[in-house]
Amino acid sequence: MTSEQPQALVKGELTLVSRETQVKEWLLAALFFSCAFVAVLGVALIFAFVGWKAWPILSDVGLSEFLLGRVWAPSDGSYGILALIQGSFVVTLGALALGTPLAVGTAVFLSEIASPGMRSVVRPAVELLAGIPSVVYGFFGVVLLRPIIGELTGSVGFGPLTAWIVLAIMIVPTIAALSEDALNSIPMGIREASYAMGATQWQTIYKVVVPAAKIGIIDAIILGMGRAIGETMAVLMLVGNAPQFFAGVGEPISTLTSQIVMDMGYSTGTHRTALFGMAAILFVISMSLVLAVRLLSKLRD
Amino acid sequence: MDKRVANNIAVAVLWVAASITVAVLGAIIVYVFVNGVRALSPAFIFTWPHGVHAEGGIWPTIVSTLYVTVLSMLICTPVAVLAAVYLAEYAHQGRVVSTIRFAADSLASVPSIVMGLFGFALFVEAMGIGLSMLSASLALSLLMLPIVMRATEEAIRSVPRYIRWGSYGMGATKWQTVSKVVLPAAAPRVITGIVLATGRAVGETAVVFYTMGQAIWLPISPLESGRPMTVHLYLLAVEGINLPAAYGTALLLMLMILGFNLGARWILKRYRKV
Repeated sequence: MTSEQPQALVKGELTLVSRETQVKEWLLAALFFSCAFVAVLGVALIFAFVGWKAWPILSDVGLSEFLLGRVWAPSDGSYGILALIQGSFVVTLGALALGTPLAVGTAVFLSEIASPGMRSVVRPAVELLAGIPSVVYGFFGVVLLRPIIGELTGSVGFGPLTAWIVLAIMIVPTIAALSEDALNSIPMGIREASYAMGATQWQTIYKVVVPAAKIGIIDAIILGMGRAIGETMAVLMLVGNAPQFFAGVGEPISTLTSQIVMDMGYSTGTHRTALFGMAAILFVISMSLVLAVRLLSKLRD
Repeated sequence: MDKRVANNIAVAVLWVAASITVAVLGAIIVYVFVNGVRALSPAFIFTWPHGVHAEGGIWPTIVSTLYVTVLSMLICTPVAVLAAVYLAEYAHQGRVVSTIRFAADSLASVPSIVMGLFGFALFVEAMGIGLSMLSASLALSLLMLPIVMRATEEAIRSVPRYIRWGSYGMGATKWQTVSKVVLPAAAPRVITGIVLATGRAVGETAVVFYTMGQAIWLPISPLESGRPMTVHLYLLAVEGINLPAAYGTALLLMLMILGFNLGARWILKRYRKV
């Protein structure tokens, strides 16, 4: 876009505009730049403040005892979050395992099989569902799913299985919408070439279209993973919030996000710094996922 | 296996995947709607909750939600739109721009609980604003920023170049071209982005939980606390009290978000020129 900038304004070779106008234009450009810089400032501030509040957990308890400690019992002075980290990954990976096939299948269906009329109904519906608040999904899980799962597993119904199902439902719209974008960006000619060689629709899909859109689909899955690992309210309402290691699909566990909310209300001192430490870890994880997506797209170019 | 048989099976499987997705998501909507519609009434919307089981209506929570949403939209929009103008019209590709883009992507993916704790540490405690509409709006606007930025940048980039050339050809400066030609042409899509980001703010829970508080209160000044609908629904759901009110709140939330989405679509359809 910058190429079309009038050279007179950049280099000042021509004085078609007054000095006053030039200064005004320059000031406006500086203002726009500072607005854009707010995003950088925001990330830096999050790092600084969460890190600042979390620092004492590193200096008082130590990184290895914090990350690798097996017992989370702040009242006894045990600040080990290994079980919570495991819980976060158990919940996220289970939700991905359930949700990804469904989401990618839906995306392929929408982009390759559905008629335009059907697409124009289903696609907006999927996008709309990405906007449903997580607390509503959590509520839905509590009132409808929890009793069923409780019956099946012979427990109260709070635990990984309930969280997996609800979280899978939550990430399907995200992954499906982004995967469909990736599939739609594949030129029609590639499909036509495949059909011309006598391939069936399915052969075209899994040998030509999906491999071509592979990186875009992986991006979508990574972003879905980011959504799942950072998800707070729905997980909080469904996992049971017992800070222990995974012991079965019906046994309550806890995650980084849910434990923060459980303890934030009453925590003080070192306990509170530990919660900020957990937030810092979540922030680092989510930024690494963004970084992974960027590296992948470099690969594609 | 014959390739036609394999094809039929695979296509059938994809049909099933898409049907499951639509059916599950449809089921959630129908379930919340059927259970929530009984609770909805003018009294539910316009009266205060009272008693230990939060009987009655949810009026203060609706006001708190709308208050904080509008305020965060007012804070976020100018910054986000001008930031996008910079990225699309002024910036030279390079390290600065890629840093800004990376920051915006990171901001978009910050888990809401992290944003909540950050807002609590910075706005509520360090800056001393306290649990208030303003603290919550500042934190929410940071969450909305990348969404509006991206929508605006895409909108600006989709404005055809020859329109700009026409403007420059008439002797307009860059700012005159951007403000009088490019932004008006991009406006419908910019507004769509703002409306969608606002929908996100309405449904946000963890952020407002730690920046606005949970006092049932009708906020007047931006420095007052309140309880948004999402937090109200959460508290009703975990305490298992007054399920009808919880269903009603869930339905109202979904209707509001549906309204925002349909509104955005309508704006796009009605005014889209580019």
